[in-house]
Amino acid sequence: MMSIAISRMWRDDRLRAVFAACVTLGLAVGVFAISFGVASVSAGASVAQTCVLSLLVFTGASQFSAVSVLGAGGSPASALGGGALLAARNGAYGLAMAPHLKGRLGTRLIAAQLTIDESTAMAAAQDDEAHRSAAFWITGVSVYVFWNIGTLVGALLGSAVDPKVYGLDAAFPAAFVAMLWPSLRERRSATAALIGATVCLALIPFTPIGVPILCAAVGVLVGIPAPQDGAP
Amino acid sequence: MSWTFVFALAVIAYAFKVLGLVLIGDRPLPPMLDRCVELIPAALIAALVVKDTFSVGQQLQIDARVAGVAAAVIAAWRKAPLIAVIVIGAAVTAALRALT
Repeated sequence: MMSIAISRMWRDDRLRAVFAACVTLGLAVGVFAISFGVASVSAGASVAQTCVLSLLVFTGASQFSAVSVLGAGGSPASALGGGALLAARNGAYGLAMAPHLKGRLGTRLIAAQLTIDESTAMAAAQDDEAHRSAAFWITGVSVYVFWNIGTLVGALLGSAVDPKVYGLDAAFPAAFVAMLWPSLRERRSATAALIGATVCLALIPFTPIGVPILCAAVGVLVGIPAPQDGAP
Repeated sequence: MSWTFVFALAVIAYAFKVLGLVLIGDRPLPPMLDRCVELIPAALIAALVVKDTFSVGQQLQIDARVAGVAAAVIAAWRKAPLIAVIVIGAAVTAALRALT
């Protein structure tokens, strides 16, 4: 599956664009990964534990939240709880991606590990099945590579540049805007996005971190009524 | 940090990721459910954008990111390539931070 994606990439303009974007986003991922490595080691994890977190958990928000709770003296149970709330949205992404990821069970079990914000959004930005699956794999694998190399560098180095200085914290919402854009032409998607964004914004001050994005899923309910003839 | 903690978090994270595979797998979905599942990325990614743009932790906050993401919206609207939208979003944010 992966080798197919890679060989197809060089002959396909759209996949080359996906790859170019992944490398750019990958640099931002790498810088955040370095700061995760630093944060994790300074919260009392060993270099090996820090690297295993990135290899196995591979959910940046959960990892940052877990080490910051432990680093501040919180209990492992509360660190796991906070991490779980942030990991839960990957469950929704898995539901969205499952119909599009064909192949052997082993391949799909690997795909599950790569099911994150970036890979799901990049897949959703494509308008046919072949590109969707290829975009998912290219993005998932490249974020995985940059995230894990960055983690190792940060854990060993013990100091990081502040991603904010380069505006890298804005690189992610910028990328997601661009990935979301094509689907907004469709009225249902635009409505779902508007509801999701509004619900999230309204809940941020009042609910634990991670919950607002989960609640944004109510936006999908606009899919319930059957489409009327002629409507997009 | 204990190794138990590391593996517990790994199991939790993977359990969520593999959920779709277990619940849906490659079975065809009823049309209504299919229409809803297809809208998940739009609803959640839009939420992620506002979260990443307007908040720090549980606090709503307006800062340089808003200008960066606004520039990214304009770039996406003008059909700029994805790589350009990412660079513009980060560059505008960084420039504004450097100036203020």
